[in-house]
Amino acid sequence: MDIRSQISMVFHLDKCIGCHTCSIACKNLWTDRKGAEYMWWNNVETKPGTGYPTKWEDQEIYKGGWEINGKSVSLKGAGKLRGLKNIFHNPYLPVLDDYYEPWTYKYEDLFTAPEGDDQPTARAVSLVTGEPIDVKAGPNWDDDLGGSIDYARQDVNLKGLSAAEQEVMFQLERMTFFYLPRICNHCLNPACVASCPSGAIYKRGEDGIVLINQQVCRGWRMCVTACPYKKTYYNWHTGKSEKCILCYPRLESGQPPACMHQCVGRIRYLGVLLYDADRIEEVAATPNDLDLVDRQLEIYLDPFDPQVIEAARKNGIADSTIESAQKSPVYKFVKEWKIALPLHPEFRTIPNLFYVPALMPGMASVQDGIYEESNTQFLWGGIDNNRVPIKYLANLFSAGNTEKIVDVLKRLMAVRWHRRQTTVGDVAQEIVDKAMGEINLNGDTADAIFRLTSLATFDERFVIPPAHREESIEMLENTADVKGNTGFGFKERPKRGW
Amino acid sequence: MDYLLFVVFPYTCLTVFLIGSIYRYKYRPFSVSSLSSEFLEGKKLFLASQLFHWGLFILFFGHLIAFLFPASILLWNGHPVRLLILEISAFVFGLSAFFGLMLLIYRRLTVRRVQIVTNKMDFVVFIVLLVQIISGLLVAYTNRWGSSWFAAFLTPYLRSIFVFDPQIDAIVSVISLSLKIHVVSAFALIGIIPFTRFMHFLVYPLNYTWRSYQQVIWNWNRKQIRTSKAFRQGPKSKNN
Repeated sequence: MDIRSQISMVFHLDKCIGCHTCSIACKNLWTDRKGAEYMWWNNVETKPGTGYPTKWEDQEIYKGGWEINGKSVSLKGAGKLRGLKNIFHNPYLPVLDDYYEPWTYKYEDLFTAPEGDDQPTARAVSLVTGEPIDVKAGPNWDDDLGGSIDYARQDVNLKGLSAAEQEVMFQLERMTFFYLPRICNHCLNPACVASCPSGAIYKRGEDGIVLINQQVCRGWRMCVTACPYKKTYYNWHTGKSEKCILCYPRLESGQPPACMHQCVGRIRYLGVLLYDADRIEEVAATPNDLDLVDRQLEIYLDPFDPQVIEAARKNGIADSTIESAQKSPVYKFVKEWKIALPLHPEFRTIPNLFYVPALMPGMASVQDGIYEESNTQFLWGGIDNNRVPIKYLANLFSAGNTEKIVDVLKRLMAVRWHRRQTTVGDVAQEIVDKAMGEINLNGDTADAIFRLTSLATFDERFVIPPAHREESIEMLENTADVKGNTGFGFKERPKRGW
Repeated sequence: MDYLLFVVFPYTCLTVFLIGSIYRYKYRPFSVSSLSSEFLEGKKLFLASQLFHWGLFILFFGHLIAFLFPASILLWNGHPVRLLILEISAFVFGLSAFFGLMLLIYRRLTVRRVQIVTNKMDFVVFIVLLVQIISGLLVAYTNRWGSSWFAAFLTPYLRSIFVFDPQIDAIVSVISLSLKIHVVSAFALIGIIPFTRFMHFLVYPLNYTWRSYQQVIWNWNRKQIRTSKAFRQGPKSKNN
């Protein structure tokens, strides 16, 4: 057993209001530089939708992630042989137009335009070429199902859904959507690390954050292909690849990442998970896709188990980190309560970002002009009639395993039954008992889920282990000093090489 | 004049190359990149880049073999048919590099997005490469025995350069103009490596072939820090 600690995250989708505050927080802090304008280390997508970059989930196009190869896994679109063969031209590289051409407006024209009969306008100009452009795409172009004929219906996760099911999904009266905020998953089996010919990308041992060393990166761009979540980005100006750094300078000084700190809906949780690094390959190579979620959960260890604590100590994990792991909200959501699932586990990177699937508004329906939050006549009626097909959610969060989704939704619903009973008391006790009994949930756990979901304080949502880097440069840096620079601990203008 | 071109100039270039590349690799690593523009324009790049790079790649190794094992080239060329095969294939790869380069230049000059990421040194690179490839093609076309000549005359000269005992009499007596240009511009090319994007060929990721796929880096010795007494105690700061 090789126990390591990993900073991981839970996003509670029921609480996400799609305000993009997280994206803006990240953009302002890290990617408002030349060549990085198009990057959104944190972005929020509307589902169903094609996302950013367009159709990123379709690995037939982008060849990201791992695929089973005998008893192990191999990279789908990169790797030693393929990477070096394609080094002069990578056929699977997404290009700028797959994301969007970043733009700004010529605001100055509003003030300097000569007097005339027409209103002066601020034309859109490309941030790449500086020339006027017609804006035809953006990072959240299909927000709230905008243009859904062209976008939502092209969603890759609709595969496996019958034509009739899809038709129902897009009926005007039944149409629904939810938001999917995405950042780097800081995977246990990162495809970007494996694909990097220069060896510039690495996983930080202490907390599992995946970073790109800008001094070593040579711009071979294989990581952009290999990451199935398309969360490494090529900076066309500096000729280096960049990615989410999980705001490690903030983490090291005890603050949560900017996107999480700013989250208006308080949907985000961050905490430590202890895992067994010896089992990574075995879990990544799980033969059956449907088992992937269960296998992945097995790799995370119980931080209360004396044997685990013993082994963790032996491996050099600090007591304070173990303590953090015990308080970790992520552990509760993922392992104890089993209501958070990884995004696209079938990419086999073992991602460390978990999502609590949204109950509402998919469960609500309008009958005879009355909006009903859930169908109270049947215990799990709302789940059966979910306006977001279970299969669709399964394609997103459990590699197609619909049982997992149904189980999570039942748990979330049982908590609601229980709380309704506690606070209002207008639900028959039998229904509550039946709901709780069927999924083996007791009242205390339901209350705990309720509390962490809706009442949790800042320190409960973000349990950040002390950094143990008392001499770390990053902690002593003033963020304003290095704004517009390449990053912390490395002060150099992000100027293009020659 | 010949002494200047074949002794002073090569040593200058090699010195600049050595010191410059090491300095840039060690102290300005952020500037070392392939500076790929595939992200901005990928379709036109495909043919151009593949033709150019693979052509140069093969030619580079051809020259390297002739430099390291001249006897093997002479032996191979002992038979006229084999000489012809070698010369023709070298010429084909030369043409491939040439057409690839022309396409690359055309792309860089015409695609708006690529123009944005073009700087002065890119044109220096283009000119040196053009001179180098065209003179090489001329040598191959006009002197059908180029490969043997390389092994017989150029290799001793190059070796004499590297052992700091330059012997130029032999090559100066037989060299043609195109060859002269080819040799001199080759040194020029080496000399400008530290100042141009040529740097990226020095950092070709060979070690990828033998390193393990996953990389984990610890910033400190885990086991030592666990027992450290330097941990800061006390309450955690509040942020919200």
